[in-house]
Amino acid sequence: MVKIEILDQKDTRSGFGAGLLELGRRNPKVVGLCADLTGSLKMDAFKNEFPERFFQVGIAEANMIGLAAGLATGGQIPFTGTFANFSTGRVYDQIRQSVAYSGKNVKICASHAGLTLGEDGATHQILEDIGMMKMLPGMVVINPCDYNQTKAATIAIAEHVGPVYLRFGRPKWPVFTKPDQEFIIGKAWHINEGSDVSIFCTGHMVWKAIEAGEILANLGINADIINIHTIKPLDTEAVLRSVSKTGCVVTAEEHQMNGGLGDSISQVLALNHPAPLEMVAVKDSFGESGTPNELLVKYGLDTVNIVDAVQKVISRK
Amino acid sequence: MSEICPQMADKKSIQELNDIASQVRRDIVRMVHAVQSGHPGGSLGCTEFMVALYFEIMNYHPRPFNMSGEGEDVFILSNGHISPVFYSVMARAGIFEVSELATFRKINSRLQGHPATHEKLEGVRIASGSLGQGLSVATGIALSKKINGDTGFVYCLMGDGELQEGQNWEAIMFAAHNGVDNLIATVDFNGQQIDGSTKEIMGFEKIKDKFEAFGWITLDMQGNDIGNVIQTIRRAQELSGKGKPVMINMKTEMGYGVDFMMGSHEWHGIAPNNDQLASALGQLTETLGDY
Repeated sequence: MVKIEILDQKDTRSGFGAGLLELGRRNPKVVGLCADLTGSLKMDAFKNEFPERFFQVGIAEANMIGLAAGLATGGQIPFTGTFANFSTGRVYDQIRQSVAYSGKNVKICASHAGLTLGEDGATHQILEDIGMMKMLPGMVVINPCDYNQTKAATIAIAEHVGPVYLRFGRPKWPVFTKPDQEFIIGKAWHINEGSDVSIFCTGHMVWKAIEAGEILANLGINADIINIHTIKPLDTEAVLRSVSKTGCVVTAEEHQMNGGLGDSISQVLALNHPAPLEMVAVKDSFGESGTPNELLVKYGLDTVNIVDAVQKVISRK
Repeated sequence: MSEICPQMADKKSIQELNDIASQVRRDIVRMVHAVQSGHPGGSLGCTEFMVALYFEIMNYHPRPFNMSGEGEDVFILSNGHISPVFYSVMARAGIFEVSELATFRKINSRLQGHPATHEKLEGVRIASGSLGQGLSVATGIALSKKINGDTGFVYCLMGDGELQEGQNWEAIMFAAHNGVDNLIATVDFNGQQIDGSTKEIMGFEKIKDKFEAFGWITLDMQGNDIGNVIQTIRRAQELSGKGKPVMINMKTEMGYGVDFMMGSHEWHGIAPNNDQLASALGQLTETLGDY
């Protein structure tokens, strides 16, 4: 198992904030919109440096999406910011009609996704957003794994013409990818070479997969660990190359099993290369209040759950 | 780029504009009849407004179509179900070929049941149909024009029943709070919606008072009197640029111009049969040649 160093502990939303500020300096077409969560989304720095390109829309997410569609029509590159729940479920029809179907260059940037939002509880812990967004034709769906990758992804999506859903989170989390990395939409990151099992992971669960990989290595199991930061378009080639070698798959994500990364991977496998698959994901359940780590443990999204899933899937080969 | 709106160079009389409106109404009933589906009532009611916008009021390049609308006035249709009048007026204004009206709602057409950008129909800047979204989009385009230093106006048309959608009030609040004063929003107050009169379904009295309370300038307009439409929108333009958006309360009659369709919600979304088509066409002079 390759050694992955923890460089720092930072929240992925701060990576978004840093990326947006840099984009603001680089590209005058970039504008920001926020629905009364500027501090939580870490959009303050952009707002302060570019007040004429920042729109506070109040607690009115539907209008925010429509405004963004209009700004994109006029040639701006709008980045909307609110919690993942209010970025997707609350405004699904606005995104569907005014953004996706209309082909607008809007970047929907969503913080506090998944269980690791923590104490606010299930009203805010959306676990269905990846599914909703990936079903929309033409929508790119990205869930970066740490601060540096989130910053790089934020900068990269401005160059992509078309709607993007960028999902990130609240808690401080290990930073382990390179600063100033190149981020290529749809190109998976091969973290560790292994031949016994493929682990496809996204978002905060990438660090858990790396921890699991170390435990598995001590058990004599070499995991092929691949970070799928872009859930759509999926790097099908990387998935198939890995499973051809390992013959079994575990997926890990902070999302419902239905509609998430595991669901996308299972589709690729079923259509191209049937292989045993175990999914580490939330099993058709809402979350609840608690600390991020307590929640990951309770809902089966901890390191040990990945280790268990790997042992189970290998036994099914 | 082509010159701004050739229609404008050739200034039309009220009679000429009404002649265009008559042809547009023929197009509407023929389009809806041909596929036995679509929304004639609201389309007929908004004909004068749409003709006035595209043949008298707006500065725009009919061709080539520029999505961003840079340097142009822009129109956003929020109540997308009145696509027949939108399509007919755009075709008659030279934005796309009049012959394409024959494809309305048919398979492989760019003239979808509700307007869409997806098939790349010139003149359409946003999909609409799911109600209540257009004013937000129009406000976003108006913001964009301000950022870009573009002096064009953004016009938005909404239905009255559509104001029952909460998103409109988010946009109404936002536009006033932010002084979006290059935005002229018109509400088609025909008093009808699918299940009956707006008064019965979800009455909103004093619509102008509501907009004024939110910080808008408001005007009344007789939507089926093209002279009054032009005069009122010109007045709205004069009132623009002073820190407030402008709302026009447009009184229309649903189905206007076809006697048996007038004044009832029943013709919101149904098509005339052969006899009804003949009767309707008998009331509408063919002025520019049917498609």
